[in-house]
Amino acid sequence: MIKKEMIAMLLAGGQGSRLGILTAKMAKPAVSFGGKYRIIDFPLSNCINSGVDTVGVLTQYMPLRLNTHIGIGIPWDLDKNFGGVTVLPPYEKMAGTEWYTGTANAIYQNLAYMEQYNPDYVLILSGDHIYKMDYEAMLDFHKEKGAECTIAVMPVPMEEASRFGIMIADGDRRITDFEEKPENPRSNLASMGIYIFSWETLKEALITNSAQPGLDFGKHVIPYIHDKKLPLYAYEFGGYWKDVGTLTSYWQANMELIDIVPEFNLYEEYWRIYTNSVSIQPQYFGNASEVERSIIGEGSEIYGAVNSSVLGCNVVIGEGSVVKDSIIMHGARIGKNCVLEKCIVAEGAVIGDRCRLGEGEEAPNETNASIYRDGLVVLGENTTVPDDIIVGKNVLIAGQTRAENYSGGHLRSGRSLVLEGGEL
Amino acid sequence: MRAIGIILAGGGSSRMRELSRKRAVCAMPVAGSYRSIDFALSNMEHSRVQKVAILTQFNSGSLNEHLMSSKWWDFGRKQGGMFVFTPSFRNENSNWYRGTADAMAQNLSFLKNSHEPYVVIASGDCVYKLNYNKVLEYHIDKEADITIVCKEMPPEFDTERYGSLRLDGDGKVLELVEKPMVVRSNIISCGIYIIRRRLLIEMLEKSQRDGQYDFVQDILVRQQGIRSIYGYRLESYWSNIASVEDYYRTNMDFLKPEIRSFFFGEYPEVHSKHSDLPPAKYNIGAHIKNSLLSSGCIVNGTVEDSVLFKQVYVGNNCIIRNSIILNDVHLGDNVYIENCIVESRGDIKEGSHHIGEDGIRIIVEQGERYTL
Repeated sequence: MIKKEMIAMLLAGGQGSRLGILTAKMAKPAVSFGGKYRIIDFPLSNCINSGVDTVGVLTQYMPLRLNTHIGIGIPWDLDKNFGGVTVLPPYEKMAGTEWYTGTANAIYQNLAYMEQYNPDYVLILSGDHIYKMDYEAMLDFHKEKGAECTIAVMPVPMEEASRFGIMIADGDRRITDFEEKPENPRSNLASMGIYIFSWETLKEALITNSAQPGLDFGKHVIPYIHDKKLPLYAYEFGGYWKDVGTLTSYWQANMELIDIVPEFNLYEEYWRIYTNSVSIQPQYFGNASEVERSIIGEGSEIYGAVNSSVLGCNVVIGEGSVVKDSIIMHGARIGKNCVLEKCIVAEGAVIGDRCRLGEGEEAPNETNASIYRDGLVVLGENTTVPDDIIVGKNVLIAGQTRAENYSGGHLRSGRSLVLEGGEL
Repeated sequence: MRAIGIILAGGGSSRMRELSRKRAVCAMPVAGSYRSIDFALSNMEHSRVQKVAILTQFNSGSLNEHLMSSKWWDFGRKQGGMFVFTPSFRNENSNWYRGTADAMAQNLSFLKNSHEPYVVIASGDCVYKLNYNKVLEYHIDKEADITIVCKEMPPEFDTERYGSLRLDGDGKVLELVEKPMVVRSNIISCGIYIIRRRLLIEMLEKSQRDGQYDFVQDILVRQQGIRSIYGYRLESYWSNIASVEDYYRTNMDFLKPEIRSFFFGEYPEVHSKHSDLPPAKYNIGAHIKNSLLSSGCIVNGTVEDSVLFKQVYVGNNCIIRNSIILNDVHLGDNVYIENCIVESRGDIKEGSHHIGEDGIRIIVEQGERYTL
């Protein structure tokens, strides 16, 4: 009989709206990260490196980029005759067709997928964190404790604990209580949104609670298991784990990669991160290029200066241009004699010659001051900026902009310029 | 597709000097991210030649490792596929491949069991981009028995290592001389041939009976005047890498924008095995001018007019000029390298100086390296 001891279900359907324009046309797990990667590469690589070779990827919001990236799973060795990666979108039913209304609801709607593999354990992952984790070690813990559900937790500074779902565990790591974003946290163990369930328990919990609108793991399934007094354990993870949910944290996590020996090191021989690379070409540096404290993806051509930045594949930086503290995603082209500071330039964007982006004093962004902040200039996918444009800070630009869209060739700090084709 | 492919990848080369100790010429890394055979394989892929045999013999470990999976060139198909043939002893034959014709003759069943009417034969040690279908159309159009892809080289080119061709105005081969003592034409054979499959089988069987084993000397040259042989002139870039000087020059050619744009910019792409290395990283102290670098490199020093292959570590205050550093080389601090080729997986001791005084120097520093 067909059997996989543990299969993974990767929740990749969310928009990640706090990433603003970056998720306008793709789900958050598909957003580029660290030069050549996309966020979903980290959990997918963790799976195959942990010996989990059956992964269901639940998609819903803007799935095209994600589907294209995953393909049949070749880059992660997840192209298997039996198992491997399967993309699971919502589907129509005889009755009661619905979208994925919550994290646990999405898993509930795919009970049949999991059933095929006759698993003992199911690993629930989300596609929006940067980390390297051995899920097999977590499974060992789950078995050793005789748990029905194990939640991966991360110790966070006590003063930040009120931003997370907090688990309260006894000396044996058994969870006695939990609280969502507590004002006065009783523990500093934050849930990482990674769960291992024993299959029968998960199945029973999902079926029993299936009528619950917006069925969610944190809000409904975990409390249900806790109320039934089933063994619920906290598995403490000590490595690097970074939520890249906001533009600022996304920018910071990228910048952390360029430290000499970063906390999250992509250069370790083992536990490699795999990706569907858009290019395998070497990169070229021109005679007048300068590059320091940066990581640069395959196929890029650098004729200008790059400092403290993360560049994707096939990026072109023109002669005389200076790129500093920025993220330039793959296929973007920066013209000649430009200055870019603290910019996030999404895939395929084109900037003309002599532009200066990220200049002057900060001002709150008019579209959404809580997303476009901290001085960042954000350019959406395939945006174009004409020659000789000066752009301030906390600015958003999207679409094929032309000179007449900038009064006096200037876009002041805090302004947004979003044209058709660059919709939010 | 109307043709099957054969890539001749058997050879070593004394002209590669120390570089051939480790691998066959076809497995030589080229242009930062590739290996020589990737060019012929990618040409096969993009010409939709779906069934390809690779004949290997000399020092084939590295090549076999590179060809471990055929998926990078899209050959893992039900129709066709990639077949690697190394010599194997049989009841009727206990010889190594005694030459290119013998290599094909020993694998005659590959030719006999196919149904495609034509065969594209290519060597794996050349860097070029060519749609073999164009050559095939030419071959059919000229009603040729054999078509040889050839290229007119500049007068100063060292033709003596190659086959030299004289063509008439229609492209018909008037004379084919292998490795001529007296050069009468600067049109050389690129080592790419198209022949009808049945004719190739026939010629291979005959040469086998006659105890003749070289495809060019014993078959092509002898068929002059008997068969209709045409030359297909290749106008785009082509380079053979089978000597240290040619290998060095070919890599350095990729520093020219027009060569990069031809191979990297224009469709189709050259494919290679994916190595899943992180993006290259440049720390404080990195200074790079007119150079190619590949994924997985970490640079803390100066690199000028050079090609660095994958996973090269350049220590603090290093200076690298006019050099080629092959895969996975570790350069300690304060190393100076000029006009050199550094063999892969070498550990260059800190503070050491290596300069190719007259010509290219090859540095082989095999440190004891293993992973705990």
